[in-house]
Amino acid sequence: MNKKKVYPYWFLIIPLVLYGVFFLLPSILGVFYSFTDWNARSMGQVNFVGLKNYIEIFTSDKNYLSGIGHTLMFTIVSNIVKLIPALFLAIMLQEGLKGKNFYRTILYLPSILPFVIIGITFKSVLNYDNGLLNNFLDMIHLGFLKQKWLSDLNIVWGSVIGVDAWRGIGYVMTIFIAGLGAIPKTYYEAAQIDGANFWQRLKSITLPMLTGSIMINLVFGITYGLKVFDIIYVLTNGGPGHATEVMTTYSYQMYADGAYGMSTAFNTLLLVLTAIAGIFVVRNMSKKEVQQ
Amino acid sequence: MRNRKIATVLKQILCIILCIIVIAPFFMILINSFKTKNEAARMALTLPTTWVFSNYAEVIKKAKLVQGFINSLTYAGVATFVGVICAAMGAYILSRRRNKLTNFLYYFILCGLFFPVNYVTLIKVLSTLQLTNTKIGIILAFTSAMIPFCVFTIYSFVMTVPVELDEAAVIDGAGPVRLFFSIIVPMLKPTLVTCFILQFMTVWSDFLTPLYLSSKSKLFPMTMAVYQFFGKSNNQWQYIFADIVLTCLPVIIVYLMGQKYIVGGLTSGAVKE
Repeated sequence: MNKKKVYPYWFLIIPLVLYGVFFLLPSILGVFYSFTDWNARSMGQVNFVGLKNYIEIFTSDKNYLSGIGHTLMFTIVSNIVKLIPALFLAIMLQEGLKGKNFYRTILYLPSILPFVIIGITFKSVLNYDNGLLNNFLDMIHLGFLKQKWLSDLNIVWGSVIGVDAWRGIGYVMTIFIAGLGAIPKTYYEAAQIDGANFWQRLKSITLPMLTGSIMINLVFGITYGLKVFDIIYVLTNGGPGHATEVMTTYSYQMYADGAYGMSTAFNTLLLVLTAIAGIFVVRNMSKKEVQQ
Repeated sequence: MRNRKIATVLKQILCIILCIIVIAPFFMILINSFKTKNEAARMALTLPTTWVFSNYAEVIKKAKLVQGFINSLTYAGVATFVGVICAAMGAYILSRRRNKLTNFLYYFILCGLFFPVNYVTLIKVLSTLQLTNTKIGIILAFTSAMIPFCVFTIYSFVMTVPVELDEAAVIDGAGPVRLFFSIIVPMLKPTLVTCFILQFMTVWSDFLTPLYLSSKSKLFPMTMAVYQFFGKSNNQWQYIFADIVLTCLPVIIVYLMGQKYIVGGLTSGAVKE
């Protein structure tokens, strides 16, 4: 069989052109424009300004740096908050609980809904005066726990990460459940005979056998965390003040203000961060393929 | 034995509590969407004293939901269909013709799983092609953004389709196009359906792309329409809630219908060991 004839390269043209022109080219152009003063008023007249945009991001007193810090913090914390409970939930449901398919369906549900919807919904749920959460706390006589969930500087990140976990845990859990299903039962039976307890089984069987699922959850979790936008834009719009501003919200704000060069500089920094995360993961993945 | 029973009961209780936490906001939205303005503003979990069904008719008109629905359906339907077919063609060749070049291209495309879309320069590219503020421009942006994920998912599935099938078809005189569309595509159906459903829901839910790419309200999908309406409705929560219900409904229906494909497909690319 002549591979060249049966599998012609021209099949690749459309996907590569689409990907190249509308996805990759903008990224590359973005790197280029991040070194210019491109803005809404520059009518085709764009000047090279070297590292000025980056210096502005790293040295100005406008909280840009804290935006980068928030992005990293959100990426790390939101993943911990989702991955660990999701793992235990998955193990629990995997062990043959009655109604597990029903629970799975329900718990996965939030992750399919538009962020905008979730954002608006939780703006109402977290409303101080009438919101569902504070009403509930009043009802069970825990009124002292009531908070200004979205406007108190010390609470707001907790609320954002909480809403994000509410949405994301079911998704992470579903991937774990599939991974758990692939572990041969005999391993656990053998461990049972040896008298291993839950934690020992978790450490020596479940976690090592689950590397694939953990990896995929980390890939999606980390890239999602670094690129987070919708949920923050709708819930807090970066506020109160600049307390919940992240890289993407700054990038959008710069764009809206017409400072295109600055906006692309933020995006380029994000590109570098995701590339580092990506290289790390792809390396691990190809290493595993070699082993197979 | 007794301990186990107690543990099971505790687990059931935990699951039920979690489900309630997930369901409660939806329930609150659903019942409050039928209330009068003042009652809805209290956001209570009680049933409406009078059921105001006209909230829905009202919001469909006020928030331009018909237009939003048609736009969302166009973006999600067309972009996903084109994206999945293109990605399948690409993944098929990359997987069948393994050499240095295709291996490089595979990882080259995978980069797209991580990189953020640069919308500001994307607008510049679109304006060069005279596609800014057009449906085609928005669809192209969605299509190209989904290619990495689809290639990634379909690629590993192609490997499970036996090469002998291709050989038999070639001996029977099928050309590459016929081979792909009448032999390979049917074999790939499960993963294609999965990609379609997942990406359809992703596009339907997307907010950032239309936020950057559509400055005309005529082009807004439902998510943007909701957000706009939320911004200017000054706390007429009964309408906002009805709007939320209508925007969620299509994705929930797609989800419940295609559930088995979603769970299987989420992991097919991921967990092959």
